[in-house]
Amino acid sequence: MPVQYSGVIDEHNAVRQAVGVFDVSHMGEIEIRGPEAGTLVDFVTTNAVRKLNIGQAHYSGLLYEHGGFVDDILVHKVAGDHYFLCVNASNQDKDFEHIRSHNRFDAQVENAGERYAQLAIQGPKALATLQKLTPVDLAAVRYYWFTDGEVCGSKARIAHTGYTGEDGFEIYVPPAEAERIWNEVLKAGAEFGIKPAGLGARNTLRLEAKLALYGHEIDASISPLEAGLGWIVKLDKGEFVGRDMLLKQKENGVKRKLAGFEMRGRGIGRDGYEVFLDGVPAGWVTSGSPSPSLNKNIGLCYLPTEQSQPGRSIQIMIRSQPVDAVTVETPFYKRAK
Amino acid sequence: MYPDNFRYTKEHEWVLAEGDIGTVGITDHAQEELGDIVYVDLPKVGTRVETGKSLGSVESVKAVSDIYSPVSGEVTEINESLADAPEKLNADPHGAAWLVKIRLSAPAEVQNLMSSADYQSYIGAEK
Repeated sequence: MPVQYSGVIDEHNAVRQAVGVFDVSHMGEIEIRGPEAGTLVDFVTTNAVRKLNIGQAHYSGLLYEHGGFVDDILVHKVAGDHYFLCVNASNQDKDFEHIRSHNRFDAQVENAGERYAQLAIQGPKALATLQKLTPVDLAAVRYYWFTDGEVCGSKARIAHTGYTGEDGFEIYVPPAEAERIWNEVLKAGAEFGIKPAGLGARNTLRLEAKLALYGHEIDASISPLEAGLGWIVKLDKGEFVGRDMLLKQKENGVKRKLAGFEMRGRGIGRDGYEVFLDGVPAGWVTSGSPSPSLNKNIGLCYLPTEQSQPGRSIQIMIRSQPVDAVTVETPFYKRAK
Repeated sequence: MYPDNFRYTKEHEWVLAEGDIGTVGITDHAQEELGDIVYVDLPKVGTRVETGKSLGSVESVKAVSDIYSPVSGEVTEINESLADAPEKLNADPHGAAWLVKIRLSAPAEVQNLMSSADYQSYIGAEK
């Protein structure tokens, strides 16, 4: 997946205003099957798998015992004895080993990345674009549900999910069919002004919507409670890996929290830059970029919990110069419903 | 595309020497690689710069890149218009979006840089 095709801003705007297509075939897939597949997935993830219906998906965390992230993932319930996990490419092998190491259940774990290519069709015209290529009634697939059907005559798993803050679909197709389907999607979306979109736009889009990126907002040293992802943690669902530590964190409170910021001074607070409060180092930027939708420079950073509320004035060290910024409400961008 | 009277660096800057003044910019190839440019940081007039040392930076949506001075000397003028219109660097990197003018302390060193033909085969090979 290239960083850009026609340019980050151009691609970003296409997704916000019409439709864009991303080749996200690098994403990993793990399949879990067997009578106790659901029990295993529930044990290794933070969200309540038992509440999923067949054909439904949710966002979840795969944690270490110490409460840090192994990965953030999407869990799809294909059948009572079959779950389909979409995971980050660079974490795929680690995730697979992690899940296997906790598998004391009657379930088989398969690293299935080689069997799937993935395309993300995102934007207000995503449905109209994809609908031309599939007999599946897409309007009947609710948000964060999926269905197995056909796209361009090839079998496909069609999920009403995305990573852009826009409406859209992610389709999982056989790798041999991916290029043909990619071209058909571009043709089908031509009347709406579809653009192929790259990693750069994927990053600005997900940042505006405050969607976490592994290695930035979350990693092995960060817990979901710190990252503002308490909503994917269901402490009352029973035993799961990392639960004891999260219970403690919930009881004692976390020391740091993810906060959104906007630059006030000239510059962009980028990933890894230090954040100062009243002249004292207090945190770090996890992601920062110009926001093409808001025409501001935005970012996310970790701050001491008591200082992480919106409206706090902060300074970000940009090439050895402190530059003013202020914490703000997130997400930065929310699509109109 | 790449003017014959310019000289070019491996880091994708260009310099046009006229008398003892060198005008410096980034190449079309550089702006293309950077993508949408959102900030340009330039040195103050009077700053002494050295060949190969940082002259400032160019920031695109995606990343920050240093600009390395292709020549040594003193900055006599900077392109103020880029502060409010950094996107000019994407549109006209070899013309209106020059970065700085430098009074050359060693005009001969310009001859060490690549010619237009050399630079084009250099970026051709890089791709």
